[in-house]
Amino acid sequence: MSDFFTFSDPNVRLVTAGTILLGMSAAIVGTFTFLRKRALVGDAIAHAILPGVCLSFMITGEKHPAYLLVGAVIAGWLSLLVMDYLSSRTKLSTDTAIGAVLSVFFGAGILLLTSIQHSGSANQAGLDQFLFGKAAAMTRQDIGVFSGVAAVLLGLVLAFFRSFKLISFDPAFAKSIGLPVRRLEFLLSTITVLAVATGIQAVGVVLMAALLITPAAAARFWTDRIQMMVVLAAAFGLLSGLFGSWISYTAPSMPTGPWIVVLLSLIAVVSVVVAPQRGIWARLRLQRGNARKIRQENILKAFYGIGEAADAPVATVSVDGLRQQRPFEDRALQLGLRELVKKGLLHKHKPGDYALTTKGLQESRRVVRLHRLWELYLTERMNYAADHVHNTAEAIEHVITPEVEAALLRELGHPILDPHDAVIPYQTPPKPSAS
Amino acid sequence: MKTAIETHNLTVAYNRRPVLWDIDFQIPEGQLIGVLGPNGSGKTTLLKSIMGLVQPSSGYVRLFGQSLDEVRSRISYVPQRESVDWNFPISVREVALMGRYRKDKLLGRLSREDHRLADEALEKVGMLPYADRQIAQLSGGQQQRVFVARALTQQADLYLMDEPFAGVDAASEEAILTLLKDMKQAGKTVLIVHHDLHTAHQFFDWMVLLNTRLIKCGPTASVFTAEYLKQAYGGQLTILSQVSDLVKARDFPIRERSFKDQPK
Repeated sequence: MSDFFTFSDPNVRLVTAGTILLGMSAAIVGTFTFLRKRALVGDAIAHAILPGVCLSFMITGEKHPAYLLVGAVIAGWLSLLVMDYLSSRTKLSTDTAIGAVLSVFFGAGILLLTSIQHSGSANQAGLDQFLFGKAAAMTRQDIGVFSGVAAVLLGLVLAFFRSFKLISFDPAFAKSIGLPVRRLEFLLSTITVLAVATGIQAVGVVLMAALLITPAAAARFWTDRIQMMVVLAAAFGLLSGLFGSWISYTAPSMPTGPWIVVLLSLIAVVSVVVAPQRGIWARLRLQRGNARKIRQENILKAFYGIGEAADAPVATVSVDGLRQQRPFEDRALQLGLRELVKKGLLHKHKPGDYALTTKGLQESRRVVRLHRLWELYLTERMNYAADHVHNTAEAIEHVITPEVEAALLRELGHPILDPHDAVIPYQTPPKPSAS
Repeated sequence: MKTAIETHNLTVAYNRRPVLWDIDFQIPEGQLIGVLGPNGSGKTTLLKSIMGLVQPSSGYVRLFGQSLDEVRSRISYVPQRESVDWNFPISVREVALMGRYRKDKLLGRLSREDHRLADEALEKVGMLPYADRQIAQLSGGQQQRVFVARALTQQADLYLMDEPFAGVDAASEEAILTLLKDMKQAGKTVLIVHHDLHTAHQFFDWMVLLNTRLIKCGPTASVFTAEYLKQAYGGQLTILSQVSDLVKARDFPIRERSFKDQPK
């Protein structure tokens, strides 16, 4: 490992610099492809580039990256035009047009590739690496061309960032203020084709869509800001390039390109799971928190109900008594009781016997108050029948925030009785005059 | 009164199917104008063709007596709210700032003045407290107000708004209405595509009643009558729609080439 990260080996330097450059520029450009919902188009372009690469080799007889790039860009552009034409001028749907272009161009590419391999040209070796990439075999010449292209791409994206943002978000408005939307779209498409055409050197035609789209998709989980998204996507591209090269250095039989894609996918999976708010983990935690709140509040309400009926608010209640008040699930009840004792809302007198603490009493009054306020709101303001409001209130009582409670109290004028003539419990107990 | 919008023989077809036929009207400056008509009557298409977003098959539009390109900086367009993806990762302020983009300033940063104007517009629609929120976190009505704020930052003289009251809560409707009245006070012209007949006659000074062809255009009192409403919303012109179907099915041109009229 230390060998690799000193970057003393010039070949290591070369390969790593190359993959990082390609990964980053694809990720930055891919952010716009992702936001314009054109991921599939990116994949189609990547596949469609193959015949262009093969043709330029057949014509020039050379593998100079600049020549191959020209062929790739022409083929990529042609595929875009054909897709646009098919979906706008024929009755074919967009996905059919994309699918057709992808397979027809790729098929033609494979045909050309096969014919080159059988032609016995001395220079043909390595051309098939366009299929899966040839990161480890990049030459100084390759890197020179790629870094030039990457620098141009980065410069263009930075310079036109604002305009690209607008045409991705609201092209009709962009057109209405007179922006040259078609020319900007042409520029963005050309940048995409260039990023794809260089990127296939690292991961190949087949995996290129991953290099373009995955970093942006992963980045979207972490941020609501397009600027931050571009930075994160670039960072993910950089990391996967760096560690992809490292893995193929430490295990020389390992291909770099596929490893870059595996690492990117790993980053995406981690993002999907652990990202704050949007991630699966955060959502699960939120749901668990909700379930805990509902469980505890329902138990408190049962205590209140028993106390209200017996006119003894903090009376000791047995677990069986609670079950009679409300059909609790056994495990949830035990768990909820333990949680409430720990929060200081319940006293545990002896196993199976509990009573509300002062704090617990207050909390139980709050929940019951919300329940009854909501019932009243439904009957008074939304014309529900009094016997149809209980179930709704059972759910809504857990949701109402203090602000909503205040609004309800204002709206209903601090009512005393709910629709079933039960007393609405306030924090300061209602005055005797209430009756 | 000077004329803000003038359409002449405006005819538009989608996939050869005519959606606007021979629309001819003139609208004076300084009015709140409602564009009304049933679903599919070409209201949105009318706005888009005024804005040059769809190409008319024939006819033309003049704004303040000039072509769109000559007066573009004086015109502001508010698309339908559903026309964009509100999950897009940008903030409320960034959307408002888009009203300051100019075609001769594609590159580089916006000025301090641009930021000030955007914040001022957000303040006017009551959205400044939400300026740093991502746009997905807003209610439908708030999103619509952000779109209106973006239009305000353009500081135009003519505003074209597509359904700004659709799916909007009472508070947002109130905010937008107040703003429209202020804009009228300031001498602006506002053309609004509207779907709700109940509120229409309170909102607008002037109306364009549409159902593929122009039913009537004029001051509200003269347009909002049972007779014209029935013409627009009531009996379908079945022969007209049969002819439209024929044009589409047989792939006829909607106008013969020599007949195309151009503005001088």
